Amino acid sequence: MDNEREDRHVTQNRGLGAIDGAMSLILVLLIVQIWLVSATLNSYLAGFDDPVLPGAIISGILFAGCFGLYRFVTGVEKRSGGPR
Amino acid sequence: MSLEQLSRDKIESARRDAALWREEFSIFKADEKYVTRRQLTKFLTLTSLAMFAGNFWILTKSWLRKMTVYPARAVARVGEIPVGGVKLFKYPGPNDQCIMVRTSEDQYVAYSQKCTHLSCAVYYAREKNQLICPCHNGVFSLKDGSVIQGPPPRPLPRVVLDRRGSDLIAIRMQDMPES
Repeated sequence: MDNEREDRHVTQNRGLGAIDGAMSLILVLLIVQIWLVSATLNSYLAGFDDPVLPGAIISGILFAGCFGLYRFVTGVEKRSGGPR
Repeated sequence: MSLEQLSRDKIESARRDAALWREEFSIFKADEKYVTRRQLTKFLTLTSLAMFAGNFWILTKSWLRKMTVYPARAVARVGEIPVGGVKLFKYPGPNDQCIMVRTSEDQYVAYSQKCTHLSCAVYYAREKNQLICPCHNGVFSLKDGSVIQGPPPRPLPRVVLDRRGSDLIAIRMQDMPES
Protein backbone atom coordinates (compact mmCIF):
# COMPACT_ATOMS: atom_id res chain seq x y z
CA MET A 1 0.00 0.00 0.00
CA ASP A 2 2.78 2.41 1.02
CA ASN A 3 4.92 1.43 -1.97
CA GLU A 4 2.00 2.01 -4.29
CA ARG A 5 1.44 5.43 -2.79
CA GLU A 6 5.14 6.26 -3.05
CA ASP A 7 5.25 5.19 -6.71
CA ARG A 8 2.27 7.36 -7.40
CA HIS A 9 3.95 10.26 -5.63
CA VAL A 10 7.14 9.88 -7.71
CA THR A 11 5.16 9.66 -10.97
CA GLN A 12 3.16 12.71 -9.98
CA ASN A 13 6.31 14.70 -9.27
CA ARG A 14 7.72 13.76 -12.68
CA GLY A 15 4.41 14.82 -14.21
CA LEU A 16 4.63 18.12 -12.37
CA GLY A 17 8.03 18.77 -13.92
CA ALA A 18 6.64 18.17 -17.42
CA ILE A 19 3.63 20.37 -16.66
CA ASP A 20 5.85 23.17 -15.37
CA GLY A 21 7.89 23.01 -18.57
CA ALA A 22 4.77 23.09 -20.74
CA MET A 23 3.38 26.01 -18.75
CA SER A 24 6.59 27.99 -19.21
CA LEU A 25 6.41 27.36 -22.94
CA ILE A 26 2.76 28.47 -23.05
CA LEU A 27 3.75 31.64 -21.21
CA VAL A 28 6.47 32.41 -23.76
CA LEU A 29 4.06 31.79 -26.66
CA LEU A 30 1.49 34.01 -24.99
CA ILE A 31 3.94 36.88 -24.53
CA VAL A 32 4.88 36.66 -28.23
CA GLN A 33 1.17 36.62 -29.11
CA ILE A 34 0.43 39.72 -27.00
CA TRP A 35 3.30 41.53 -28.69
CA LEU A 36 1.97 40.39 -32.08
CA VAL A 37 -1.52 41.77 -31.38
CA SER A 38 -0.18 45.17 -30.29
CA ALA A 39 2.19 45.37 -33.29
CA THR A 40 -0.56 44.38 -35.74
CA LEU A 41 -3.01 46.87 -34.21
CA ASN A 42 -0.44 49.65 -34.37
CA SER A 43 0.26 48.83 -38.00
CA TYR A 44 -3.46 48.69 -38.86
CA LEU A 45 -4.13 52.05 -37.19
CA ALA A 46 -1.17 53.55 -39.05
CA GLY A 47 -2.82 52.63 -42.35
CA PHE A 48 -0.63 49.63 -43.21
CA ASP A 49 -2.78 46.61 -43.93
CA ASP A 50 -0.01 44.34 -45.21
CA PRO A 51 1.05 42.80 -41.84
CA VAL A 52 -2.55 42.15 -40.73
CA LEU A 53 -3.10 38.82 -42.52
CA PRO A 54 0.30 37.27 -41.62
CA GLY A 55 -0.24 38.52 -38.05
CA ALA A 56 -3.58 36.70 -37.82
CA ILE A 57 -2.11 33.49 -39.30
CA ILE A 58 0.87 33.49 -36.93
CA SER A 59 -1.42 34.27 -33.99
CA GLY A 60 -3.54 31.25 -34.97
CA ILE A 61 -0.44 29.05 -35.09
CA LEU A 62 0.63 30.29 -31.65
CA PHE A 63 -2.83 29.58 -30.27
CA ALA A 64 -2.70 26.07 -31.78
CA GLY A 65 0.64 25.61 -30.01
CA CYS A 66 -0.83 26.76 -26.69
CA PHE A 67 -3.83 24.48 -27.15
CA GLY A 68 -1.56 21.54 -27.99
CA LEU A 69 0.47 22.16 -24.84
CA TYR A 70 -2.75 22.39 -22.81
CA ARG A 71 -3.80 19.00 -24.16
CA PHE A 72 -0.32 17.72 -23.32
CA VAL A 73 -0.72 18.96 -19.74
CA THR A 74 -4.08 17.23 -19.29
CA GLY A 75 -2.64 14.08 -20.89
CA VAL A 76 0.36 14.04 -18.55
CA GLU A 77 -1.98 14.58 -15.64
CA LYS A 78 -4.08 11.56 -16.60
CA ARG A 79 -1.07 9.34 -17.26
CA SER A 80 0.57 10.19 -13.95
CA GLY A 81 -2.59 9.52 -11.96
CA GLY A 82 -3.46 13.08 -11.06
CA PRO A 83 -6.97 14.03 -10.02
CA ARG A 84 -9.68 13.56 -12.64
CA MET B 1 -5.71 -3.46 33.56
CA SER B 2 -2.77 -1.34 34.59
CA LEU B 3 -2.51 2.35 33.92
CA GLU B 4 0.45 1.77 31.61
CA GLN B 5 -1.48 -0.82 29.59
CA LEU B 6 -4.44 1.59 29.31
CA SER B 7 -2.31 4.44 27.95
CA ARG B 8 -0.60 2.06 25.48
CA ASP B 9 -4.02 1.00 24.21
CA LYS B 10 -5.04 4.63 23.83
CA ILE B 11 -1.90 5.42 21.79
CA GLU B 12 -2.50 2.39 19.57
CA SER B 13 -6.11 3.41 19.07
CA ALA B 14 -5.05 6.95 18.20
CA ARG B 15 -2.62 5.55 15.59
CA ARG B 16 -5.37 3.44 14.06
CA ASP B 17 -7.68 6.48 13.97
CA ALA B 18 -5.00 8.56 12.29
CA ALA B 19 -4.49 5.90 9.64
CA LEU B 20 -8.22 5.71 9.06
CA TRP B 21 -8.38 9.48 8.81
CA ARG B 22 -5.60 9.48 6.21
CA GLU B 23 -7.36 6.81 4.17
CA GLU B 24 -10.71 8.56 4.23
CA PHE B 25 -9.37 12.06 3.59
CA SER B 26 -6.44 11.37 1.32
CA ILE B 27 -5.50 14.93 0.51
CA PHE B 28 -2.14 14.98 -1.20
CA LYS B 29 -0.21 18.16 -1.67
CA ALA B 30 0.74 17.09 -5.19
CA ASP B 31 -2.95 16.74 -6.13
CA GLU B 32 -3.54 20.30 -5.02
CA LYS B 33 -0.66 21.47 -7.23
CA TYR B 34 -2.10 19.60 -10.21
CA VAL B 35 -5.40 21.40 -9.96
CA THR B 36 -3.90 24.88 -9.68
CA ARG B 37 -1.47 24.24 -12.55
CA ARG B 38 -4.23 22.87 -14.73
CA GLN B 39 -6.40 25.89 -14.01
CA LEU B 40 -3.56 28.28 -14.76
CA THR B 41 -2.77 26.43 -18.00
CA LYS B 42 -6.42 26.65 -19.00
CA PHE B 43 -6.45 30.37 -18.20
CA LEU B 44 -3.29 30.96 -20.28
CA THR B 45 -4.74 28.99 -23.19
CA LEU B 46 -7.97 30.98 -23.06
CA THR B 47 -5.93 34.21 -23.02
CA SER B 48 -4.12 32.94 -26.09
CA LEU B 49 -7.51 32.33 -27.72
CA ALA B 50 -8.52 35.91 -26.85
CA MET B 51 -5.32 37.21 -28.50
CA PHE B 52 -6.10 35.19 -31.62
CA ALA B 53 -9.65 36.58 -31.61
CA GLY B 54 -8.14 40.08 -31.34
CA ASN B 55 -5.91 39.47 -34.36
CA PHE B 56 -8.88 38.08 -36.29
CA TRP B 57 -10.93 41.15 -35.36
CA ILE B 58 -8.16 43.42 -36.73
CA LEU B 59 -8.12 41.34 -39.91
CA THR B 60 -11.90 41.72 -40.27
CA LYS B 61 -11.68 45.48 -39.70
CA SER B 62 -8.93 45.69 -42.30
CA TRP B 63 -11.08 43.86 -44.88
CA LEU B 64 -14.07 46.04 -44.06
CA ARG B 65 -11.95 49.16 -44.44
CA LYS B 66 -10.85 48.03 -47.90
CA MET B 67 -14.47 47.45 -48.87
CA THR B 68 -15.77 50.76 -47.48
CA VAL B 69 -17.52 52.81 -50.13
CA TYR B 70 -17.22 56.53 -49.46
CA PRO B 71 -19.92 58.82 -50.78
CA ALA B 72 -18.87 61.51 -53.26
CA ARG B 73 -20.09 64.77 -51.84
CA ALA B 74 -19.64 68.42 -52.75
CA VAL B 75 -17.98 70.07 -49.77
CA ALA B 76 -17.16 73.52 -51.14
CA ARG B 77 -17.28 75.68 -54.22
CA VAL B 78 -14.15 76.78 -56.01
CA GLY B 79 -13.24 80.27 -54.85
CA GLU B 80 -15.49 80.04 -51.84
CA ILE B 81 -12.53 80.42 -49.49
CA PRO B 82 -9.59 82.77 -50.05
CA VAL B 83 -5.98 81.60 -50.38
CA GLY B 84 -4.85 80.68 -46.87
CA GLY B 85 -8.47 80.41 -45.80
CA VAL B 86 -10.11 77.51 -44.02
CA LYS B 87 -13.42 75.74 -44.28
CA LEU B 88 -14.75 73.11 -41.91
CA PHE B 89 -17.03 70.38 -43.20
CA LYS B 90 -18.25 66.94 -42.20
CA TYR B 91 -17.14 63.88 -44.18
CA PRO B 92 -17.86 60.96 -44.60
CA GLY B 93 -20.32 60.80 -41.68
CA PRO B 94 -22.24 63.63 -40.01
CA ASN B 95 -19.93 63.40 -36.97
CA ASP B 96 -16.62 63.31 -38.84
CA GLN B 97 -15.31 66.85 -38.75
CA CYS B 98 -12.78 67.76 -41.46
CA ILE B 99 -10.73 70.84 -42.24
CA MET B 100 -10.01 72.20 -45.72
CA VAL B 101 -7.29 74.73 -46.47
CA ARG B 102 -6.76 76.58 -49.73
CA THR B 103 -2.99 76.52 -50.05
CA SER B 104 -2.69 78.37 -53.37
CA GLU B 105 -4.83 79.78 -56.13
CA ASP B 106 -5.86 76.36 -57.41
CA GLN B 107 -4.76 73.97 -54.66
CA TYR B 108 -6.86 72.67 -51.80
CA VAL B 109 -6.02 70.13 -49.12
CA ALA B 110 -8.37 68.56 -46.61
CA TYR B 111 -7.80 66.36 -43.58
CA SER B 112 -9.76 64.86 -40.75
CA GLN B 113 -9.80 67.44 -37.98
CA LYS B 114 -9.37 64.83 -35.24
CA CYS B 115 -5.84 64.68 -33.91
CA THR B 116 -4.53 61.10 -34.05
CA HIS B 117 -3.28 61.45 -30.47
CA LEU B 118 -6.38 62.06 -28.38
CA SER B 119 -8.90 63.33 -30.95
CA CYS B 120 -8.69 67.05 -30.14
CA ALA B 121 -9.58 69.32 -33.04
CA VAL B 122 -6.59 70.57 -35.02
CA TYR B 123 -6.52 74.12 -36.41
CA TYR B 124 -4.64 75.80 -39.23
CA ALA B 125 -1.80 78.12 -38.16
CA ARG B 126 -1.36 80.37 -41.18
CA GLU B 127 1.91 81.98 -40.03
CA LYS B 128 3.56 78.53 -39.74
CA ASN B 129 1.57 76.90 -42.53
CA GLN B 130 0.91 73.90 -40.30
CA LEU B 131 -1.98 72.11 -38.66
CA ILE B 132 -1.65 72.30 -34.89
CA CYS B 133 -3.34 70.40 -32.11
CA PRO B 134 -3.62 72.76 -29.14
CA CYS B 135 -4.11 70.04 -26.52
CA HIS B 136 -0.58 68.59 -26.52
CA ASN B 137 1.19 70.71 -29.15
CA GLY B 138 1.03 68.12 -31.89
CA VAL B 139 2.06 69.59 -35.24
CA PHE B 140 1.11 68.16 -38.64
CA SER B 141 2.40 69.07 -42.07
CA LEU B 142 -0.14 70.82 -44.26
CA LYS B 143 1.43 69.23 -47.33
CA ASP B 144 0.70 65.58 -46.50
CA GLY B 145 -0.67 65.49 -42.95
CA SER B 146 2.46 63.82 -41.55
CA VAL B 147 3.48 64.38 -37.94
CA ILE B 148 6.15 67.06 -37.58
CA GLN B 149 6.36 67.11 -33.81
CA GLY B 150 4.50 66.17 -30.66
CA PRO B 151 2.81 63.03 -29.38
CA PRO B 152 0.50 62.08 -32.30
CA PRO B 153 1.46 58.56 -33.40
CA ARG B 154 0.07 58.75 -36.93
CA PRO B 155 -0.52 61.25 -39.73
CA LEU B 156 -3.93 62.85 -40.18
CA PRO B 157 -6.26 60.91 -42.51
CA ARG B 158 -6.54 62.83 -45.76
CA VAL B 159 -9.75 63.67 -47.60
CA VAL B 160 -9.19 63.10 -51.31
CA LEU B 161 -10.72 66.00 -53.25
CA ASP B 162 -11.73 66.19 -56.86
CA ARG B 163 -12.66 69.31 -58.79
CA ARG B 164 -15.78 68.97 -60.88
CA GLY B 165 -16.75 72.19 -62.54
CA SER B 166 -17.08 74.77 -59.85
CA ASP B 167 -17.48 72.22 -57.06
CA LEU B 168 -14.92 70.54 -54.86
CA ILE B 169 -16.00 66.96 -54.30
CA ALA B 170 -14.77 64.80 -51.43
CA ILE B 171 -14.26 61.33 -52.89
CA ARG B 172 -12.81 59.23 -50.07
CA MET B 173 -10.66 59.16 -46.95
CA GLN B 174 -7.06 58.07 -47.23
CA ASP B 175 -4.88 56.95 -44.34
CA MET B 176 -1.45 58.30 -45.01
CA PRO B 177 1.35 55.86 -44.24
CA GLU B 178 3.81 56.92 -41.57
CA SER B 179 6.96 58.45 -42.97
